[in-house]
Amino acid sequence: MALVNGRRPLFAGLSSTATAPITAARSTPASVSGRYAALSAEDDAMAESELSGLTELNQQLGAMSQLPVFDVPAVQDPAAFLHAYTEDPHSKVKIHIQHGTTTLAFKFKHGIIVAVDSRATGGSYIASGTVKKVIEINPYLLGTMAGGAADCSFWERELARRCRIYELRNKERISVAAASKLLANMVYGYKNMGLSMGTMITGWDKRGPELYYVDSDGTRLHGDMFSVGSGSTYAYGVLDAGFRYDMTPEEACELGRRSIYHATHRDAYSGGFVNVYHVREEGWVKISSTDVNQLHYGYKAGFAQ
Amino acid sequence: MDCIIAISGKDFVVAAADAMAARSIVVMKSDHEKMVQMSPHLLQVCNGPSGDVVQFSEFIQKNIKLYQMRNGFALSPHAAAHYTRDQLARALRSSGAYQVNLLLAGYDTINKQAELYFMDYLAALVKVPFGAHGYASHFVLSLLDRYYTPEVTLDEALRLMKMCIAEVQKRLVINLPKFTVRVVDAQGTRDVTLDDVQE
Repeated sequence: MALVNGRRPLFAGLSSTATAPITAARSTPASVSGRYAALSAEDDAMAESELSGLTELNQQLGAMSQLPVFDVPAVQDPAAFLHAYTEDPHSKVKIHIQHGTTTLAFKFKHGIIVAVDSRATGGSYIASGTVKKVIEINPYLLGTMAGGAADCSFWERELARRCRIYELRNKERISVAAASKLLANMVYGYKNMGLSMGTMITGWDKRGPELYYVDSDGTRLHGDMFSVGSGSTYAYGVLDAGFRYDMTPEEACELGRRSIYHATHRDAYSGGFVNVYHVREEGWVKISSTDVNQLHYGYKAGFAQ
Repeated sequence: MDCIIAISGKDFVVAAADAMAARSIVVMKSDHEKMVQMSPHLLQVCNGPSGDVVQFSEFIQKNIKLYQMRNGFALSPHAAAHYTRDQLARALRSSGAYQVNLLLAGYDTINKQAELYFMDYLAALVKVPFGAHGYASHFVLSLLDRYYTPEVTLDEALRLMKMCIAEVQKRLVINLPKFTVRVVDAQGTRDVTLDDVQE
């Protein structure tokens, strides 16, 4: 049987650059940092002069649907190699990837509520307290950010580009199912190369409100309620206890906000502000952004339920 | 963590899979589908990291469909099993391996008999009367060794399956409240419930 090559489905059909991420892993020993290049560089010289040459090559290849390609360490297991420099506390090289988060999203009668915290940490250091962890892909699609901040922003930005191209080609909005699958397939192509990403893709399409969980292992799950990140267990507790399908939008927003607040209270790697979004048929709306400190003393003083 | 079990008789196979999708210590989903319909008389039950499982089984599923469209007839369970094994073995020896363990439950419509294949992530393929993957196999295989007979009827097999699931739920430390149970036979594939099966 002559069959379609299965391993990296996204690359099937492209010719010379078809196996890009794999060959890149084997043939370019150069930069560990992962320099962005739109084509697999034959050698460093080509990579240096890529800017001028690229536009042309891209056009020739009809590269609109092509994936960005990264240099990765030329070792058997790039993730393990990276791990020694990023996670090992005794390492002299201090590349600390930002981790630690609480994010949640759930479906209910009036759509989907997305709530997230805003803390970014690098080890025990709070790198930022005002991160936007809800990524606005387009007016109908939202993504959330957990795991590596850079990986999430980059791949969801790439997803946004591909969703826009889909829209232009098909004269119709992409479904949440398809969008989440694009993302899952993209990151699956980089499995075991050290990506760290746990995200929820939500939106409203022909099928109604939809919610998917996608992570850097290539897992993609359809569901009604997810929480992702180091504080997710705390958030799940409050969320499961207070959830009713027929909540009003106000009640639902408050439940999302409270769940994140309680997670920030117990999880040292979560904190800052609680950002709440509501996904409706007409698109998403940002509901609120509240300092958890304010929530803490507010709840203590007996505000809200 | 996943638990998949299958029992074959002369003209049917009963397959069961738990419905849990877990990540770390968290249950992400409790109505997760672990079975993939390869063709009307062929059901694949998969176990492994969900990224690999989906990528691999969709690839096999689409190619089996492609074969059917090109040739006008479907692959037999035997051929499909060996095709699946071949693809897994090729992946294993190249860029990256799929961490999938699977059970292939099929009914051969030409030879009019049921077939069950057991395959692990190292692409070892065996035709078996019954099989299980995951932690469940530690509890279930002995039970099946004890009570299985090749002449088992569908009712008896369902009863046996109910025993197996009950044992897993009693002794396995991981909570697996929900199982999907399906039967593959001459009529094709259908869902069954074990609720009204007498123990």
